[in-house]
Amino acid sequence: MACCLNFTFNFTSTLFSGTDMKKTLLLLATKLVMASCLLVANASFGQQTAPKDDQLYKAFGEKAGLIALVDDFMTRLLADSRTGPHFQPTNQLRVKEQLVEQFCMLAGGPCVYKGADMKSSHINLEIKKSDFNALVEVLQISMDAKGIAFRKQGEMLALLAPMHRDIITPK
Amino acid sequence: MNHPLTTTLIATCTALFGAGAQADTGKLLLTGGVSSIDGAAGGGLTPWAVIGSNATDDEVGGSAFVTHVGTKDYGLNIVGAAVGIHDRYELSITQQDLDTRGTGTALGLPGLHLKQTIVGAKVRVLGDAILDSDTLTPQVAVGLQYKTLGATGFDGTLNALGAKRQGIDFYISATKLFLAQSLLVNGTLRATKANQNGLLGYGATLGGNESKHSFQPELSIGYMVNKNWVVGAEYRFMRNKLEKAGAVAGLGNGLRSEDWRDVFIAWAPSKNVSLTLAYVDLGVIVPATTASRKQTGYYLSAQVAF
Repeated sequence: MACCLNFTFNFTSTLFSGTDMKKTLLLLATKLVMASCLLVANASFGQQTAPKDDQLYKAFGEKAGLIALVDDFMTRLLADSRTGPHFQPTNQLRVKEQLVEQFCMLAGGPCVYKGADMKSSHINLEIKKSDFNALVEVLQISMDAKGIAFRKQGEMLALLAPMHRDIITPK
Repeated sequence: MNHPLTTTLIATCTALFGAGAQADTGKLLLTGGVSSIDGAAGGGLTPWAVIGSNATDDEVGGSAFVTHVGTKDYGLNIVGAAVGIHDRYELSITQQDLDTRGTGTALGLPGLHLKQTIVGAKVRVLGDAILDSDTLTPQVAVGLQYKTLGATGFDGTLNALGAKRQGIDFYISATKLFLAQSLLVNGTLRATKANQNGLLGYGATLGGNESKHSFQPELSIGYMVNKNWVVGAEYRFMRNKLEKAGAVAGLGNGLRSEDWRDVFIAWAPSKNVSLTLAYVDLGVIVPATTASRKQTGYYLSAQVAF
């Protein structure tokens, strides 16, 4: 935030020296940039913290809703030519159980994920970023199919997306 | 459109889409942005830090677009294509064709079209705008746009004002998608000499030296209504470099310029197609010949990408 404000004053003073509408424009520029900084700051605080309550867990229909979602998700993952080859060799029942536990815990539900950490469970799998994105797309289709509101989908994806660092195989 | 660039563009597109038939590129919907008026991937009026096309790491993709902007006194037709390499490098080529309508006639040049060619390059330097959703770090890219204005009967006027027919814009963009809020924010800082984005040349010397790069901020905000629709707004600051030259030339404030802004709605029915509709306000453009009317109007753009 501090760096952002500093930036505002620097560029506006360079920009408008010598124009007659200097003051108006300076004010406008400052307001605009401050507004967007505030937007960014507000948005980010919501984003930074894991859910403190179980509203997201409820939005996903609690345990029953998550089980139904993950069943649908796995069916689609197996059917999709991009993700199918990664999931066919797995113990799908076990993977589904772990996904439900993980989604439940992330969403603030009363679950504890007991599976292996993301890094060690994906280390030998040669997963590219396009594979990761394909999985996200399939998950979005499943969440749409289960009638989960787009904003709630975004909240869940925001909790899952950082796992790309452990899941995608480093080059 | 009898320009060698058109042929190059068509050839590039054919090659790109030939390659696209085999490519299986894996970027998420709308995360390559749309094509901005200068050809770089981004919003409508301003580049973003995203790399165009659907290509992610290890992939090469492409995009092509057509855009029409119609304001009260001008028409602007734009065609362009871009290549995205490994979600890190972006190369683009674009042609803008400004139909000056009444302004050309007033200058004794009826039918005057000002044609600008823009060659752009962009490099992503850090971050992932979408997936790094647990940090504040945005995706950051730096880029340049080499702009050349074609020779026309307007050259005499540009020479008299001391405006050049070529210039390079440099920019840095930071883009962040706040996934949990469905909100996309972009800030771009551009160093430019351009008058009206280059359509009226670059800089001026008459009445004082206005030939240095100046820094202009550009801001975009987008809200994702769902994965196929985005609504948003942009604001692009423009340097008023020609006003003094115009005054010395006896036009009063008839060559002044103002900031550009728009509100937009973009629709991506699939990963390969997007349509953008916007209401634009480009401020005054040569107010001397247009009764100081604000150049408000529409912007319509179609993009194909793979």
